[in-house]
Formats: sequence, C-alpha cells, structure tokens
Amino acid sequence: MSDLLAARTQMALSLGFHIVFAEIGIAMPVMMILAEWRWARSGDAVHLQLAKRWAKGTAILFAVGAVSGTVLSFELGLLWPRFMELAGPIIGLPFSLEGFAFFTEAIFLGVYLYGWDRISTRAHLASGAIVALSGAASAVFVVMVNAWMNTPAGLVMSGDRVLRIDPIAGMFNPSTAQQALHMVLAAYAATGLAVAGIHAALLVRRPSSPLHRAALSIALAVGAPAAVLQPVSGDFSARTVAQWQPTKLAALEGQFQTEVGAPLRIGGWPDERAARTRFAIEIPRGLSLLAFHDPSATVRGLTAFPRDLWPPVAPVHASFQVMVALGTIMAVVSLWALVSVARRRDLASNRPLLRALAVIAPFGFIATEAGWTVTEVGRQPWVVQGVMRTADSVTPMPGLIVPMLTFTLLYLGLGAIVVALVRAMVRETA
Amino acid sequence: MTSWFGQIGLPEVIAALIVLALNAYALTGGADYGGGVWDLLASGERRREQRELIANSIAPIWEANHVWLIVAVVMLFTAFPSAFGTLGVVLHIPLTLLLIGIVLRGSAFVFRSYGSDERVPARRWGMAFAIASVVTPLLLGIVIGTVASGAAGRASEQIGKAGFTDVFVWPWLAPFPIAVGLFALALFAYLAAVYLTLDARTQPALREDFRRRALGAALIVFVLAAVALVLAMRAAPRLASGVVTAPWSLLLHLCTGVAAIFALAALWLRRFRMARIATAAQVTLILWGWALAQYPFVVPTTLPIRQAAAPRITLELLVIGLAGGAVILVPSLRYLFRTFKGESHTTR
Repeated sequence: MSDLLAARTQMALSLGFHIVFAEIGIAMPVMMILAEWRWARSGDAVHLQLAKRWAKGTAILFAVGAVSGTVLSFELGLLWPRFMELAGPIIGLPFSLEGFAFFTEAIFLGVYLYGWDRISTRAHLASGAIVALSGAASAVFVVMVNAWMNTPAGLVMSGDRVLRIDPIAGMFNPSTAQQALHMVLAAYAATGLAVAGIHAALLVRRPSSPLHRAALSIALAVGAPAAVLQPVSGDFSARTVAQWQPTKLAALEGQFQTEVGAPLRIGGWPDERAARTRFAIEIPRGLSLLAFHDPSATVRGLTAFPRDLWPPVAPVHASFQVMVALGTIMAVVSLWALVSVARRRDLASNRPLLRALAVIAPFGFIATEAGWTVTEVGRQPWVVQGVMRTADSVTPMPGLIVPMLTFTLLYLGLGAIVVALVRAMVRETA
Repeated sequence: MTSWFGQIGLPEVIAALIVLALNAYALTGGADYGGGVWDLLASGERRREQRELIANSIAPIWEANHVWLIVAVVMLFTAFPSAFGTLGVVLHIPLTLLLIGIVLRGSAFVFRSYGSDERVPARRWGMAFAIASVVTPLLLGIVIGTVASGAAGRASEQIGKAGFTDVFVWPWLAPFPIAVGLFALALFAYLAAVYLTLDARTQPALREDFRRRALGAALIVFVLAAVALVLAMRAAPRLASGVVTAPWSLLLHLCTGVAAIFALAALWLRRFRMARIATAAQVTLILWGWALAQYPFVVPTTLPIRQAAAPRITLELLVIGLAGGAVILVPSLRYLFRTFKGESHTTR
C-alpha cells in the first residue's frame, strides 16, 4: 500500500467513524429535550424516564464523537500538511466558528447531563436546546469546509502561488447551502429513524409499553420529516454538482460519453476501460431532466475530460446508487408513518409499519457513509477541486501504513465497545 | 499600519491568544489529566472515595475543558498554517500517540461513568482512563519540549536529507523533551491535587489526602523544573538563555517563584482557595515564560511569527471571530463552573 493510499484510508476511516457520532450528537439532543419538554408539560413520568435514558446514551456517543473529532483536527496536519498550508487561512475561519459552536455544545451538554438536580427545569431545558442548536451549527460550519474543497471560492492563484484570498467568499461558496442542508437533514433522518427503528422493534414484542410508544413518536417527529425532505435537498445538491463538478456528476451517474438528453442509470456497473456503464436500467432523458431540469440538456461525460482527472468511477457510482436507494426507502417509510399519524392511526399497533421501521433502522447511517464516499471519492484526484491534487498534499512522512493500521484497530475496538454498550442499554429498556 | 504597540502587531496578538488558549487548557484540561494521575495513584483506606471524588469533580466539565486544545490547534492552522504543516510532519509520531491517549482517556471515562456492569467492571475502564491520563500530558510536554528546544525546526530542514529516525524520532525522543513531558505531567498532577482539596471541602479526611499529595507533587515539580533547565543548557541553549538572561526573565522568575512559595505556604496553612489561585498563577507564569523565551518564533528557529503568519485578512477575520466567540463563551463557561463548582466560592 502506498503512503498516499494509507493516508487516504486513514482519513476516510476517521471521517467515516466520526460522522456517525457527529450525526447522533446533532439529533439526539433534540429528542432528549422533546421528551423532557413533554414531561415538563404533562408531568408524565415515562417521558422523564425516556429523557434520562436518551441523555445517558447521548453522553457516551457524544464523548466518542468529541474525541474522534479531535483526532480529525490534528490529522489535517498529520496527513495533509500541504493542503493545510494552502487552505488553513481560508477554512480556518469556519473551523474557528465550529470550535466555538462545539465549545458551547460541550459546556451545555455538561450542564444538561449533570445538572438535573442543580438547576430549574426551565434552565435545564434551555441548556438542552442550546446543545441541539450548537450541534446543528457545528455541522454547518464543518460542512462549509468540505463545500469549499468542492467549490473553492475566494482563492486566486497564479501557478502555485496564492495571489489573493477572501475567506468570507470561501465560507459562502456555491456548495455551502446545499451541502449544509443535506448534512443536517441527514443527521436528523439517520438518527431519528435509527432510534425509531429500535423502539419499533421493541414495540413489536411489547405493543403496550408506554416508554416505547413515547420514544417512537418523538423519534419519528425528528426523523420522518427530515427523511421526506432529504430527496428534495438531494436534488438541490446534485444540480450544484452538475454545474460545478462535472466529473463528479459523470462518475456518480456512470456517464462516460457526452450526451444530449442523457438517461438516468439505475444500478449497473461502470467499466472504466470500456468507458461504458453495463447492466444499468436506463430511464431516457432522466439525468438531463434531474441534473439540469431540462430533458434535452447536454451532460458532459467523463471522456470529455483528461483521463487523469477521472475519479474512481465504480465506487462513486455504486455509493451514489446505495445512498439514493436507501434514502428513497427511508422517505417512503417515513411518508407512510406520517400519513398514519395524520389519519390518527395508532402507530404502535401497526405491525407492518413497525417492522418496516425496524428494518430501515441502520439505513440512514449507511446512506450517510455512501454519501460521503460520493462527495470525497468523487472529487478525486483533487483535494481542493481544480487547485490542489490529493497526491500533492500528503505528508512526506514515510510508513503511513502504521498509523493507518493503528487507528483502524483503535476505531474497530472503540466501535465494538460502543455497539455493546448501546445494545446493553437497549436490552435494559426492553 | 503594522503595529499597535511598537513591534507588536496582529500576528503577535494572535500568537499570544494561542498561548492564552493553551494556558486555559493547562489550567482546566491539564488538571483533568492530573485527576487521572491521582486515580492511578489512589491509595490508602480511602482509595475508593478518592477515585469517586476525582470522577465527580471532572465529569461535568472535562469535555468543555478539552475544547481549549481544539481551539488552540484551529487558531494555529488558521493563523500560522506553515507552522501547523511543519509540526504535523516532524511530530507525526508523538502527535499520533497523543491522539490515541486523548481518545482512550475520553472514551474510557464515559464508559466507566455510564457503561460499566457486572461483565466489565468500572475499575477496568478506570484503569484505561488513568493510564491514558498519564501518557497524554507526557506526550503533550514532549511535543512542547521538542518545539521549544528548536529540535522540531531543525528536523523540518532535514526532511528528505537525513534518515527516518533523525527526522521523525530522535528530535522528540530525547532527554530534554522527555524532561519537559515529565514536568508537564507533574505540574498537571499538582494542579489537580490542589483543585481536589477544594472539591473535597465537605470531606476533611479526603481533603488531607489531597493536601499531602499536592505538597509531594510540588516538590517533584521543583525537581523536574531544575532537571529540565539543566538539560536545556545543552539541548536548547537559545531557550535556556531566554529563560535565564532575557531582560524580562528576572521579573518573570521572581513572580513564578513568589507564586510557587505562596502556593506551598497556602497549602501548608490549609488556605486552599489561596493555594488554588497561587498554583494557577504559577502554571500560567511557567507557560508564558516558555512563550516569551520562544519569541519571536512560532517554530524556533525556522519560522518566525511574522513569516509564518497567514494573510492579514485572515488574521483580522480571526480576531473578529474570536471576539464574537468570546461573547458567547465567557458567560457560558462561567455558568458551567458556577453550576458545578459554585459552592467552592463560598467556602474557605
């Protein structure tokens, strides 16, 4: 394994690990305070019990998210020093703001978790609300950085030399709004539906449990609307990619030839050597319609670009398919749940719905990983689109396979422990 | 418009703010590591109570305290990107080990608080927490020692010229950085013991336990400071001369010495609040002594502050961002500490 590949693997692993905990850290506080708020209004002890259980889970998952986030902030320099030397003065600002948002989050999470008996219910709820808000703000700031890597605004170069920078333009680059929205919705949808799925599975066994009923309704309130909105936000994102990152679009759609009225390919396997995507179901003009909102729009294929600027096509296309498929299923099941609620049906006794929710519980996190693969691998060979190649930004330190394997083992171990702890908590509840 | 006060301009101000963030980290997060040291060294018949006190005293605040480190790192790569890049390359190994320590310390602590049951007893997580709490500050000190001595800067000029170990291992795996690591560890343990005397205000026996530990740690801090200084004469002459002969140094040493003696006396006389203030002052002065000795370099002696600084627009926006952040942060932190440490203000 080359040093570059080891560094990329370590970064992918670190991000892939962190993103799950980050999503949970964004969405769990919302559920936690909704439960506590219902308790405060109704005095219903079940909601208090629920809030406390969720708080306990949040404490563990948030801490793992915090330490794995610290790892990332250092890894930027440990693995990609040349990237940071170029990008630091621009992306440092959203990172600084994220630092403050995270600070606020950590402070008020401490107040929330340990302050049950020390402050008033109102102050306690407010602390939880601040955690939820600053968590979402952290996500927006961090995603600004990634958006900048995709569409690096505010940077004027002459050859390798930086002529002028505009960090504000860098923060509000053409991808920021789309990506931030997509990420925050993903956090609510993935976490909300995962929690809903767990309690739905428990309700199948014990349909009368008031705790699981309460949990299901709150988790769905957070997850289902986000899951329904996510395809709309995805469309918004895809059109931005179509406009600014044509090679990424071509890779994720498996589009090799430039076409007028390009079809939408569902499934299939891109064959880079033959420059065609095999076995896909093609919907005529679908891609042109989706990407440009015009059925006869021209979509540039990969062959319109130099071969060395292609991202690895197959993994990007496959990840995109996985993300879209899982996201669609999540949206459909969520819609089903929302319609049942609107018709005042009792969710807890709707066994087919409960089973469906239980099945899709992990989908949101899988879709998130797939989505990150699309945006990160799809940008290759660039670390900063059109400006700096990933290969040029890697550290000169040799033997990077060693830290890569070390972090792999560390995160595997940590992941196993967290899964065991969460399972034990769920079992305790059941 | 390059300066506000003579030679002090925006880059120097931001460098000072980074030291300030590290200072806050040392006083808060550093003491949390120190707590882990005393968890590991818990002994006597009140072993269990000591560990409980430590856990309760750091539980609500350690995550917030930890963020100071992230703030310092982010400020470094925003304002001095070339320094961040250089340090990331030559200190790859100790920084990676530091990260592993940070991950294990934090995870083990929450696992112990929330996840222990009959199959995995709390003590096992406690052990992981305690060991990581010892290793992490040691590495933090090693990193600082390597930078301060100029070894990191020298190594960065040898990349691609010298062998692997000469660039990536020997600069930090050397007597002086290790002495600084041990010094940092002792200092954090000292700080923690002093803080714990205040957290133990309702338990006189525990309070005495930590008073004795604080007095012992103070002695070790003194010895290690002397060792580090002697080693610095050879390994880091520029730093040593900065610490010993610079015009500001006499005053600084005088203040540090006074703070140290004051802290000891206060501990001896059981004036615990006074001891806390004096110890915190001592740690603060030591940290600023390092910073001043290193001035005007971010990475001695290859990257001066001015040369390493990001474009002015970044520095200006960063200062605005930090000021805005402080408006939220300061009252929030005050609220956190009032909520959990509040009573200590009212007791002696």
